[in-house]
Amino acid sequence: MSDTAQDGPMLAADGTTLKQSLARSLRREKMRALLLIAPLLIFIFLSFVVPIVSMLFRSIENSILQDTLPETVVALENWDDQSGELPDEEVYAAFVRDMLVAVDAKTHTRLGTRLNYEETGMSSMFRRSGRQISRLDPVEDAPFKDKLIDIHDGWGDVNTWAVIKTHAVPYTNGYFLNAVDMQRTPEGAQAQPESKQILVKLFGRTLYMSLVITGFCILLGYPIAFLLANLPMRSANLLMILVLLPFWTSLLVRTSAWKVMLQQQGVINDTLVWLGLVDDAARLIIINNQIGTIVAMTHILLPFMILPMYSVMQTIPPTYVRAAKSLGATNWTAFWRVYFPQSIPGIGAGSILVFILAIGYYITPEIVGGTQGVFISNRIAYHISSSLNWGLAAALGTILLGAVLILYWAYDRIVGIDNVKLGG
Amino acid sequence: MKLSTSILAIAAASVAGMATAQEMTIVSWGGAYTESQKRAYHDPYSTNTGVTIINDDSAAEAVAKLRAMNEAGNVTWDVVDVVAADAIRLCDEGLALEINADEQLAPAPDGTPASEDFGDLIVSDCFIPQIVYSTTFGYRTDLVGDTPPTDVCAVFDTEAYPGMRSLEKRPINNMEWALICDGVAFEDVYDVLETEEGQEQALAKLDTIKDSVIWWSAGADTPQLLADGEVVMGSTYNGRLFSLIEEQNQPVAMLWDAQVFDLDGWIIPTGLSEERTQRALDYVYFATDTQRLADQAKYISYGPARASSAPLVGTHADLGIEMAPHMPTDPENSKRTFLYNYEFWADYRDDIDAKFQAWLSQ
Repeated sequence: MSDTAQDGPMLAADGTTLKQSLARSLRREKMRALLLIAPLLIFIFLSFVVPIVSMLFRSIENSILQDTLPETVVALENWDDQSGELPDEEVYAAFVRDMLVAVDAKTHTRLGTRLNYEETGMSSMFRRSGRQISRLDPVEDAPFKDKLIDIHDGWGDVNTWAVIKTHAVPYTNGYFLNAVDMQRTPEGAQAQPESKQILVKLFGRTLYMSLVITGFCILLGYPIAFLLANLPMRSANLLMILVLLPFWTSLLVRTSAWKVMLQQQGVINDTLVWLGLVDDAARLIIINNQIGTIVAMTHILLPFMILPMYSVMQTIPPTYVRAAKSLGATNWTAFWRVYFPQSIPGIGAGSILVFILAIGYYITPEIVGGTQGVFISNRIAYHISSSLNWGLAAALGTILLGAVLILYWAYDRIVGIDNVKLGG
Repeated sequence: MKLSTSILAIAAASVAGMATAQEMTIVSWGGAYTESQKRAYHDPYSTNTGVTIINDDSAAEAVAKLRAMNEAGNVTWDVVDVVAADAIRLCDEGLALEINADEQLAPAPDGTPASEDFGDLIVSDCFIPQIVYSTTFGYRTDLVGDTPPTDVCAVFDTEAYPGMRSLEKRPINNMEWALICDGVAFEDVYDVLETEEGQEQALAKLDTIKDSVIWWSAGADTPQLLADGEVVMGSTYNGRLFSLIEEQNQPVAMLWDAQVFDLDGWIIPTGLSEERTQRALDYVYFATDTQRLADQAKYISYGPARASSAPLVGTHADLGIEMAPHMPTDPENSKRTFLYNYEFWADYRDDIDAKFQAWLSQ
């Protein structure tokens, strides 16, 4: 026994192996650390992760049909929506029984609203029919087929039942199809009619314009950050305040100020006309279009570009450039070959910040974007607050989130996320 | 010991009860409109009952917010001011309380029951009408030459009235105006608009002025654009134009032709405690009686929703001018009017909006 103890692993005072003992104490350390940050973790989980996930979940959740019309959905399974014939009495009877319950619980109009997203006219059909169906008796008034068609001729339309059958699934891809200008039909996924296609275009525009805005921010922000990092402390501080001042002004105020500047009777046009550069009858249109959005958003997002750039540039030792010059480099070569590569992490951090903020921008495009300068977020806002089609809004949001994650991943592969620095 | 505990408990309960009994949150649109409600309804109600009224200006997002509150099971609003179309949707969604007008609203002073006094304006079981407003056009008097427009079709006539116009960035109203200016008879507008071809016809008509339109999304936009001289004419709510013309004395006049009537009123959210519901009903009973509705017209140029209030409309409280001629419902102003077709737009709004936005982005 004693031999094995001497040859085996080292033992701690309590008789366990030293390795186990170390692991245990490390685990205890970790637990303690975890406990310390637990309040923050729980807070982030409850206030950030849970709401986002539950909102994203709405993009596929579709139990309303089965909840509201359980018997009808089962009865419709035996009906062939391609036959061109109306379902038989069994479906109508089941439908009346379901509706009696739904009207009592006042959920039939909610279902009407849901189905109206798919087939225009359903909303009023359910609202109008509800009241009359509630007067029927589920046993004595049978058969119902003709009675229902009397109440609203929509119930005599094969398409109505086909729509109900098509969407009677607890989880649907319908919202995602809608989000890319397609629709769920009895014949499978199909493109929306051309006159209703807009969302893919808006996604494209959002990405394209966000890139343009990020580009302008780099162009405008780099010299300012360079200046900030290389001026004497005193003037740099003053300049810093100038950068931050608009940052502290309300977003709405800044956007409205651009309206005053850019509109046709605005400051810029008035000045140009006064200088004789532009004819009074041909004032420039630089707002309520893409130019307006790009100008206003570049201005608003500029500090997000300048600040990370500045903090990275501050850490670049000036001796490097001096060394390059002493070895015979011109000003340009010294900047381009020595200084610029070291400032790239700042550009990377600023670009990611600006791009991700820009892609979800809503209020500025709404105010200065007119018709050509609005983003996908304006449609998301419409579906959240006006049409109440939260499923579609969630699908659009999920796609946007996915796009950002993919771009982030691509960025990591190409530039490397380790190359991003917010300072230090 | 036991006695003092129960006394404490009672005291605590009554303090808690008082705290809730004395406050209610009323949601409205903010600005001059909330101010008119404050002076006509809130202030006298607070004086009478001791209830403190908290104003919340979230009416524009009321439907979405109420839905979210309801799902979260914590409705913090007591009474909400919404347009009729939103009231219908809230009712459909089961988010607004159904009201029995004759039992829960005040009769007219002569005893006419509320349902008759409001008449057709009760467009939904949950909707308690308050005002009639209209969306109509205002034009710059100094930019239209010697022949000021009298017809809504002037909007589509860029030759006679060159310059920009402002229209709302949504299909509602614009589609109707486009059709009647494209020769569709007034009474046929919605029959035509139901069809694919009718929608295309309206968009084609709007296409003729597309390059001359600034699209607005907030009610304050058109008054500002008119004041800046950015547009020659533009649509907005009549009360906004009233304050632009009468309070700010801008060179702007009203073009009442083909104005679209719409309604605004109260709803009471579902999911409130019995006590809060009763208090909300009590407030609404008071705030929509004949005199109160007439009083609101002293502060803003929106017409009272009760027939019995119309004769009581007097002069503006601050300007001292006669208000009746500024009401959208005045016979002189309402020779040719639309009433917002709630049923139609509840069905077609998403469909036509998608087409409208697709057309806009072309």
